[in-house]
Parts: sequence; structure tokens; C-alpha cells
Amino acid sequence: MTRFGGPAFRLDRDNINTDEIIPARYLTESSKTALQPHLLEDLLIDGKKFDRNTPELQQATVLISRKNFGCGSSREHAVWVLEVNDISVVIAESFARIFRQNMFNCGILAIELDAAAIADIFALPAPLAVQVDLSRSVVEIGPNGQQGSGSDLRTFPFTLNEFDRELIAAGGWLAYADSRY
Amino acid sequence: MGKTITEKIFAAHLRDQLSEDSMVLDLDVVLCHEITTPIAIMDLIDKGKDQVFNPDRIKAVIDHVSPPKDSNTALQAKILRDWARRHRIKDFFDIGANGVCHAIFPEKGFIRPGNTVIMGDSHTCTHGAFGAFAAGVGTTDLEVGIYKGVCSFRRPQSIKINLTGTLTPGVVAKDVILAVIGRLSVNGATDRIIEFTGPVVEAMSMSSRMTLCNMAIEAGATCGICQPDRITAQFLWPFIADQYGGLDDAVAEFSRWHSDSDAVYESVIDIDVSDLEPQVTFGFRPDQVKTAAAFHETVVDQVYIGSCTNGRIEDLRDAAAILKGRHIAEKLRGIVVPATTDIYRQALDEGLLAIFLDSGFCVMNPSCGACLGMSAGVLAEGEVCASTTNRNFNGRMGKGGMVHLMSPLTAAATAVAGSIVDPRPYLSSEVTR
Repeated sequence: MTRFGGPAFRLDRDNINTDEIIPARYLTESSKTALQPHLLEDLLIDGKKFDRNTPELQQATVLISRKNFGCGSSREHAVWVLEVNDISVVIAESFARIFRQNMFNCGILAIELDAAAIADIFALPAPLAVQVDLSRSVVEIGPNGQQGSGSDLRTFPFTLNEFDRELIAAGGWLAYADSRY
Repeated sequence: MGKTITEKIFAAHLRDQLSEDSMVLDLDVVLCHEITTPIAIMDLIDKGKDQVFNPDRIKAVIDHVSPPKDSNTALQAKILRDWARRHRIKDFFDIGANGVCHAIFPEKGFIRPGNTVIMGDSHTCTHGAFGAFAAGVGTTDLEVGIYKGVCSFRRPQSIKINLTGTLTPGVVAKDVILAVIGRLSVNGATDRIIEFTGPVVEAMSMSSRMTLCNMAIEAGATCGICQPDRITAQFLWPFIADQYGGLDDAVAEFSRWHSDSDAVYESVIDIDVSDLEPQVTFGFRPDQVKTAAAFHETVVDQVYIGSCTNGRIEDLRDAAAILKGRHIAEKLRGIVVPATTDIYRQALDEGLLAIFLDSGFCVMNPSCGACLGMSAGVLAEGEVCASTTNRNFNGRMGKGGMVHLMSPLTAAATAVAGSIVDPRPYLSSEVTR
């Protein structure tokens, strides 16, 4: 089965909403690629404007955040702006329903880990390298950018709903629905 | 074991059970607007699947940026318009006959008790006011809905909010829902349905029930829902009269969509609204709520009255009752946006638009406009807006702007005062709700 993962970037805040991930002023675009420069443009962290120009974010293929990630507007643009920035996994303590469904509908991963696991991950020294093993249902995180095995490798089990797993295998909801209904 | 209204709707529409927790439902209505639908249309065209499951069950409107403000939004409108014509979607509402989706679709009688409804818009939960299961979805769900008439959901679990007591003059549905969100928090109802019940809901107009259900998503809920009753039947009567012998028959038939007395809820929350005061948000989350009276000298640059939450005729009447014979504060601008063309005409006929104009308000045509910072009332950096809309996220009405959510009464009183105030000292006998 597909392996997801790569360098990870942590967004240390609850309730990051889809207006912050991609502001509505860019919803007039009719192509996904046009969204690319505007990832997290209105994000506030600790009440301050988030610096989007950090190389760690630009290299990331995995985002890690806290509670209720992706709340607010239903805009799938918030998933597409991740896709066009090569981000295919978001790990969080919890997700808003529509955002989570949009991720799986696009064939990419929204993984929930419990509060203790998320706290552990936020305590690890940067940079982080993440691998998601779907067949074993574990997230493996190597600190200091190391992947693969090693004594520092941390393993976090997750559960994935059977249907969400099938959406990943099918490459998304349209393909799945088209073959089934 | 009894069932909730939502469990009954799911059981009646179950197409496929994908796992214990995931089910696919047949859809009665798929609603579309010009921001989230065009990419779905273009993707279907690209994949050689430019079909619709049933043109009579698809309703479409141009509402977010109306009329278009630039080439991009004109293209979005054109893609939707051409598609509606190509597929003979007769219920397509173009500029001149349009309105905010969650106001115009109920106004046309499209949403019925027991229906399943989706739209690529998070405030689709509004339609739960009719005893329907109505959920906001992303573009891919919308695309599959258009193409196949189905959508996937998790097994529904419900939170019952039982509203008791009596609302006092000057306190309205918006204050109730802001207080509920303050209590639940922004993720307190994630993956849940909020069922609004109790004597306060039973006494509410459909307009007020829509305001309640509209903001269920702000607590993370999949849908808000009210049990359909005589008030629902009266609202729908012009559209259903030929199907029933009389109103009583419709009310009796609607009762099949009532929750059983032994239905199981994840939690039941009783709230007595008798002591509730007008509520206003602070900060950038809709659960950050305090009383209007607790604000001191929060100066406002713009007052916005409109949106799917509070742009209906009752809302305009409330605001106009306060503005009548008064002028908005100096250095403040007021914008009022009747939510649909019919509401605009009715407000004109009732003399409400004249009251708004006399008070110094700018009267706009129906659109979602400034609510999400797309057009017609966007804030400048550092500006503050008192708004009857539903989201106060950072940048929501314009980059660097601050939004305080409140009722039309509180917004109108704030427009007169120039800073956020409790509307009750401004009430006249004309405010009846």
C-alpha cells in the first residue's frame, strides 16, 4: 500500500480554520495551482502573523497540528492548497468533519492521534521526518530529520475507518463512487 | 430503542453501509453556488462525466459575488450558468432573481421535512430548520452528489439542546445560538447533529429556526435540526397545498419526522433562555461570546446587516424598528443586504429600505459579499465591523479586520451609538419578536 510521509512542519495552535489556510479572496480562482502561493496566508500563531517563508514549511510534506484543524468553511480549496504545496498528510489531535472528509475524498490523509501523542510530537526537537505506514497503522517519527530505523524512532499507532482506508486505496471519492454507484 | 429524527432520515435514505460507522445516503436535493461548484463541473468535464443525476433535484444560484466584481468571478458565474442551461436545471437563479443560497432555497419551498440535502457551503446546516438533514460538504462530495446523487456520512449521533423559558424583548434567535456556541465551544459538536427542541423552538418562526440551525457548524456540527410542525407546514403551505387535504394533514404527516421519546442522545443540554441577554462575540472564534452590555467603548467602523444568518425580512424589520427616526453615528458606515430579491422587494414595499436610507445606510442588492470578505463591504486593515453574519475568524471580512457577531437589533443599535451597545434601551413597541 502507498506510503505517505516526509519532512514535517508543526503548527502549534488549536482551531486553525480554513479561512486561515486559504482566505476567501482566493476562492475566485478556477484552478488549484493558482492557490499555491497563499498557503496559510492569514494564519495567526500566538496572536501574531505566522511567518510562512520558513524553509521548514516549504520543504514539508506533512503538517502536524492540534485540536479541530480545518474548522469553518467547507472550501476544499483548503485541501487543494496543501496538495499543490506537496503536503499529503495532516496529523492532528482532531479535525473538523468537512475538512477531514475533503482530505480522504482527495485520496490524502488526515490522521488523528490522541492528546498525549500530539504533546509528545510537539516536544520532539526539529526537524522531524514522518512516515505513515498504512498497513501497520502507525506513524513513525524520526527526530532531527532521520528516517528509517534507529533507537530514536518514535512510533504512534492510529486507527483509520475502513471506508477512509478504501478512499485512500481508490485515490478518492469520485473514483470510488464511480465504480460502485 | 427509539430513533432521533436524524436516524430516521438516515434509515429512509440508506443506499450503502460501507462500514459500521460509514454510510452512503441517497440525496433528495443538491444545492449549488458559483464559488464551489465550477471546479466540480470542470473536473466532471475533464473526466468525460459531465452528467447530473437528476436536474429536478439540483438547484443553483449565483450568490457569493453578485453581480461579478471581476473577470474571475464572471467566469465562475458563467461556468455555473452554462452548466445549468446545458443540463436543463430549471431552478437556477441568476442575477436579478437571485439571493443568498440558504435564504432563497427555503424561500422557494425546496427543502421539505425528512429530506437529505448537501451543498458545497458549510452553512447548509441552515436547512435543518425544516426537519431535513442538510450538510455542508466540500467540492468532491458536491461533485459526486451532482453526478451520482449520493453522499457519505458517519453514523449520526445527536446532541439535544432543549430550550426552555421565554425570550425577553430584545433577545432573539441569534443571541440564543451565540450562547449555545459559547457553551459548546467551536468543536463541541464535531461529527454530531444538534437537535434544537423545547418550547422556545416551538414558538419560533421558520426565520428564527433558520438562524439557530445556520450556526450549528460554528460548534462543529454536521447539521442543526428542528422537528417539523405546524409552523413548518404553514411556511411550506403555498408549495404543498395540493398534496394535502388541509394543514392538519400536513402537520400529521410531518410528525413521522419527530424523534422518538426514547431516542438516544450523546448528551442533552437544558438551557433556560429567560435570563439571556443580547450576545456579542469578541476575538476570532464564534465561541468567544459575552453580553453586549459587557462591551465598553468598542468603536465600530462598519455595521453589516445581512447574510444567510440574518438577512431575512424579520431581521430587516428588527433593525429598521431601531433605526426608524434615527441616524447612524458619524464616522460609521452602515451596509444592509436583503438576502434575496423577494426580501428586497418586500422590504421596499414595507418602507424598510427608506428607513435604512434615511438613517444613512447603504442598501445593497442580495449577495454573500462582505460576510466572507469577497465583495461589497470588505474591511481595511485594523477596521472593526459589527455584523449579523456567522463568522468572526481573523481576516474573514477583509485582511486585518475585526468582526463582532450579533443580532440585527444589536447591530442597528450599535450603528446608532457608534460603539457596541445593548439594544434594549433602543427598542420601540414595533419590535415584536
